[in-house]
Amino acid sequence: MPAPSLGDYLALSAVLFAIGAAGVFVRRNLITILLSIEIMLNAVNLTFVAFGRALGSADGQIIVFFVMTVAAAEAAVGLAIVITLFRHRESLNPDSFTALKW
Amino acid sequence: MPAGISTSDFYYILPELVLTAGALVVLIADVLLPKDRRAALSWVTLIALGATLASLAPFASTRVEIAHGLIAVDRFALFFKILFLVAAAITVLMSVRYLEVEGASPGEYYFLILCATLGMMIMAGGIDLVTIFIGLETMAVSFYILAGFIKPSQRSNEAAVKYFLLGAFSLGILLYGMSLMYGLSGTTNLRVMATRFAGQEQNPLLVLAVILVVAGVGFKIAAVPFHMWAPDVYEGAPTPITAFLSVGSKAASFAMLLRIFVEGLPAMSGDWRLLFYVLSIVTMTVGNFAAVTQSNLKRMLAYSSIAHAGYVLIGVVAGTARGVTATLIYLLVYSFMQLGAFAVIVLLRREDVVGDELKDFSGLHVRNPFAAFAMLLFMLSLGGIPPTAGFMGKFWLFSSAIDAGYYWLAVIGVLNSAVSLYYYVRVVVFMYLKKETIGSEPKATPALAVTLAIAVAATLILGVYPRLLFEVAEASARTLGMVPITTALR
Amino acid sequence: MAQAIAFYFIAACILGFAVLVVTTRDTVHSVLFLVLDFLFVAALYVLLGAQFLAAIQVLVYAGGIVVLYLFVVMLVNLKRPPEAHEDPHRRTKLGFGLAAAVLLELGAIAVYGSVNPAAPMPATPAIPVSGNTEQVGWLLYTSYLIPFEIASMLLLVAMIGAIVLAKREL
Repeated sequence: MPAPSLGDYLALSAVLFAIGAAGVFVRRNLITILLSIEIMLNAVNLTFVAFGRALGSADGQIIVFFVMTVAAAEAAVGLAIVITLFRHRESLNPDSFTALKW
Repeated sequence: MPAGISTSDFYYILPELVLTAGALVVLIADVLLPKDRRAALSWVTLIALGATLASLAPFASTRVEIAHGLIAVDRFALFFKILFLVAAAITVLMSVRYLEVEGASPGEYYFLILCATLGMMIMAGGIDLVTIFIGLETMAVSFYILAGFIKPSQRSNEAAVKYFLLGAFSLGILLYGMSLMYGLSGTTNLRVMATRFAGQEQNPLLVLAVILVVAGVGFKIAAVPFHMWAPDVYEGAPTPITAFLSVGSKAASFAMLLRIFVEGLPAMSGDWRLLFYVLSIVTMTVGNFAAVTQSNLKRMLAYSSIAHAGYVLIGVVAGTARGVTATLIYLLVYSFMQLGAFAVIVLLRREDVVGDELKDFSGLHVRNPFAAFAMLLFMLSLGGIPPTAGFMGKFWLFSSAIDAGYYWLAVIGVLNSAVSLYYYVRVVVFMYLKKETIGSEPKATPALAVTLAIAVAATLILGVYPRLLFEVAEASARTLGMVPITTALR
Repeated sequence: MAQAIAFYFIAACILGFAVLVVTTRDTVHSVLFLVLDFLFVAALYVLLGAQFLAAIQVLVYAGGIVVLYLFVVMLVNLKRPPEAHEDPHRRTKLGFGLAAAVLLELGAIAVYGSVNPAAPMPATPAIPVSGNTEQVGWLLYTSYLIPFEIASMLLLVAMIGAIVLAKREL
């Protein structure tokens, strides 16, 4: 079994990204959609770290650090929005939001 | 191992520091001021914006890279920073009364507007993937919150949810493209990247990276087919925020777009020109035809703003110094007319009327002649009728396309402008020819009157005397790197 | 050899749990699968010589963000199943479209790999294992100080925003 190459890591993160992206479209539950987006961001992080390792520079890891910061900020705001919305509607299915056309 | 950043770096980010300090002052003042004196916060915010604008003065002709190539302080950034600050100031002016009517707390609202502006300024100056993306997020997160700021309103809530979901999703796509750009070049600096990508034009991964970044940026500028969030968010968000979103966020995203593609990916100009060529045509056409059927004015302006993103993309496709100049000019001109149009909608928002339906505009000519005249001017300008600024902006855009040899793009642009006239003129018809009126008298507060006066003056002056703007925009465009002309699409 | 086995095992777990996160009906289970998924990604970071990130991944992502999700799931404890009215075919086309796009990308990677003869990961980490945290910390507080400061503003915005939105009366 050969040692994993950069291509293997890229393929892994590409598939992971696709799973997340597919989840955003297929699922109809706000929380699950947010979780899918987190998976996408993790795939991005993996790509950065793998490239950084192959290039022998730490820049990739720095970006991942910032992506994590952003993910944390987005999670906080996103979940706050979800809570506000839930107070109005008692449902988390985006298809039931009808005040605006979707 | 790179050395630490120097004191001079902090000198060059002085405007950003001033703005940050201003934002924090607003936040603290919100707590310290007694509840009935909170109205003063808008003044604090305006002073912060003004101080930031003043602190830009020493950098009028600077052209340096600071902090190891993370941020560029040049005229391109300066042009956009002025645009953002003016747009933010106008937004604050039109928010005063709107917040009173909606009963929302002003402290956090103004703080978030200042933070969004800070993010935009970072985006315009960023020449590194890290700075661009962290600036983008500072702006985007502020807007997610602002879109949902009117908590009792269900429309505002849903706008926030939709904007957040699609914003976060598009961030993932954009970042994935950026990660490929980083991996293939081995650097995050866009200018270094440009030299490393030379000769890699055929690399399929790089093509994929370009496609992903175009899609990610396409979401932010609301280009078709990435536009589905825009009408809902524009309609549901508080009106001043819609105005700021459609002007500031869009201009900042275009600044980011120009930085990434013109500075970072000139080697791939064949690919991204083709993509933007298609996006531009589809965006203009879909935006305009969808706007025709709208009866809600905020929604109509949302589609109109989508169409305008299509026009601006014409300048990006041209990619020449002239094209970039036209892009900058149009973004500035568009800001004033768009902000002005939204200011009129804010003016129509009263305790008893929401004021964003087309029928709310009927008979405005009789009830508030100045507002009706201003709206007339903005509509004509958005439609591109001389002698308004909108005409000059479109003239430059289309001529830059012809100049670069994209004749069809110019032709389609002109045809689209003709279509757009239909729905802009319809608003004018409602204001001047319909008689029935709804609700109480729409009165302009001093702040709103000032807003309208600024927007009217800018729309007229830039239309009649465009020379100065042209020179400034051209000098700004020239600080951006040049894109080689490709002949593939002619 | 050992590295390859570890990689393929971790990769299989990451993908498996990711699929579970997306497909599980019960939101609480989804979130818990996400924790496991993140832990395995952290393991991969260790394999890639990014120990600092692995620690952050466990602390911030698995420990902080996901717990936040759990709280919200419990807070909005749904009385009826959230997808009772779901039309299962509604967006599957788009999902398949995306899957096709990824296949395309895998093709691109394969082509890239065949054009640029195999670029295996350096056998010894280019970044010295012992100094990873020090190196990242050094970079963060020197070259990347300005983005770091902006990130702190971003977190302040998020904090205030979350309070403004989630608070009942202001």
